[in-house]
Amino acid sequence: MTMQYLLQLVISGLVIGSIYAAVALGFTIIYKATRVVNFAQGEFLMVGAYVCYAFLVQMHVPFWAALLLTILFALAMAVILERLVLRPMIGEPIISIIMVTIGLSLVLRSLVTAIWGNDILVYEPKLFPQETVSIGGIPVSQEFIWCFVLSMVLLAVFSAFFKFSKAGVAMRATAFNQQTAQSMGISVKSIFALSWIISAIVSGIGGVLIGNINGINSSLYHFGLKVFPATILGGLDSILGAALGGLIIGLLENLSDGICKSYLDLSGVKEVAPYVILVVILMIKPYGLFGTKEIERV
Amino acid sequence: MQYCGDFRTTYEKDVKIFQTPFIKICMGFLGVALLALPFLIKGEYLWIALQILIAVIGAVGLNILTGFTGQISLGQGAFLGVGAYTSAYLTAKMGLSFWVGIPAAGLVTAMAGMVFGVPSLRLKGLYLAIATLASQFILEWVFVRWEPVTGGSYGIVVPRPMIGGYSFESDRSYYYIVLAFTVVMTLFATNLIRTKTGRAFMAVRDHYISAEIMGISLYKYRLLSFGISSFYAGVAGALFGHALKFVSSEQFNIGVSIVYLAMIIIGGLGSIIGSVFGAIFMILLPKILSVVTETVAADIPSLAKLAISFEQGIFGLIIVLFLIFEPDGLAHRWRLIKAYWKLYPFSY
Repeated sequence: MTMQYLLQLVISGLVIGSIYAAVALGFTIIYKATRVVNFAQGEFLMVGAYVCYAFLVQMHVPFWAALLLTILFALAMAVILERLVLRPMIGEPIISIIMVTIGLSLVLRSLVTAIWGNDILVYEPKLFPQETVSIGGIPVSQEFIWCFVLSMVLLAVFSAFFKFSKAGVAMRATAFNQQTAQSMGISVKSIFALSWIISAIVSGIGGVLIGNINGINSSLYHFGLKVFPATILGGLDSILGAALGGLIIGLLENLSDGICKSYLDLSGVKEVAPYVILVVILMIKPYGLFGTKEIERV
Repeated sequence: MQYCGDFRTTYEKDVKIFQTPFIKICMGFLGVALLALPFLIKGEYLWIALQILIAVIGAVGLNILTGFTGQISLGQGAFLGVGAYTSAYLTAKMGLSFWVGIPAAGLVTAMAGMVFGVPSLRLKGLYLAIATLASQFILEWVFVRWEPVTGGSYGIVVPRPMIGGYSFESDRSYYYIVLAFTVVMTLFATNLIRTKTGRAFMAVRDHYISAEIMGISLYKYRLLSFGISSFYAGVAGALFGHALKFVSSEQFNIGVSIVYLAMIIIGGLGSIIGSVFGAIFMILLPKILSVVTETVAADIPSLAKLAISFEQGIFGLIIVLFLIFEPDGLAHRWRLIKAYWKLYPFSY
């Protein structure tokens, strides 16, 4: 195995990892504010990618407008889903809520395949220039760099939003204690809706970015399942953790896959490596790198 | 059904499985109906009945873990797979009897379940659910890659059981074997939750700190619950493998785990009868849906593609609607119906 191959693995791992980070961010926002575990996060990404495809390729809208429309669509979808499906479930046991989001994911997935079919679709025209640039002697596609940079910007923007904006502080207050937040004049309902909106938008943009690199097909929702190792690694309720967790999982997945392929002649490690990592983390550090340890008083 | 004047004066009376003679008669009729069933239906319908019986075992097992002990598991599908592959390997590749294969499948799966249950000692709720999700993916991967044992993507061809010279080759004869397993294992579960162990499970579920203070070892009972639940899954998986006469990894994917979880939530968490209802509901639902979509597709060809791709979606939609409008499950509805008829026509 050459150094060059290793570096290539690192770079593509980081790019995929940055998408994981975006989806994990969406997942964490919902979990933090509403304590709902969203198993439909991957489907949000998928819907975003397909809707953008529809605007960009099928309706020939310029890219910036397509992206804006996709964001609007994600917003509308999130509001409707939160109001119709998730709000009636408030107060139900965690397992029922898990089941509802799983049901939701099945519905979204089949809606997408019913409309766009199972074939691989490619974004046309390409959003970013196709020429490769050289980083330390390694040819890297510009799409990769754009994808990485954009998702990092996304993460930075939302971290800042949580830290400094009024709505962000209100969201953190709600996550901390709903009753206290409500008595401080925060509308918990609109915070719930807001967190679903942000989550859907972030994942939708992630979908657009990944669709631009690999093309889109009906197995795009697999990204949603990789979110669990990422968020567990970072700690379920930490934004920074989600970002780091996503990057690390992307990196480890690609590296272990490459290494097992060249030394052990074992393929397909990619699918399982994140989950092995997940189990190991849970054994060593049950609340992840940055998660809050729950303290129970009786 | 209880009539006026049916007072339970001792603890033994309160924990009886069949409370009144009327229930005993009803169960008798149910037993006769189940025995007569293979002579009344055939072909595809008999196959559905077989699937339901097997699913009841798996669902009861999952309900012991999730409903009674409160440990969410998203890995039941993979544990079914462990059982199916164990029995398939022992019977098809090592030439052992079905009667060795089934208990071995249960035991091996129980061991596997306990290994993956170890994180449950430190994890709760969501974290545990995700750990079991990881076990699902890891086991699925092992099924595909461990070719000498699992046959990889080709799978294993499995024989039907034999006793003496008699082979249970037909679905009808195999039905009775499965029925026996289902009845015995359901009764065992019903009894289990009446014992000290069962009460300890529920204490762990309701408040694990209180349970620990009362002297219940969390370590022991959580692992035990994982073990028993996986034993059920292993037996169910092995029976399924022998029913299908073929075992491959696609039969035990994450979708199966989700279906089993849906069974116990829709049926009713912490209820044996609920597991039975849930199993019937979740096995019948896809069959009914596919009949409906086929009819739609036949009548309106332009909708055919849409209808077929939306089958999964309707399945998901029904789960969502069910949880919103009937959050306590079918077992709760069943109690309401019974309460209604008990007082009929003079309900207050």
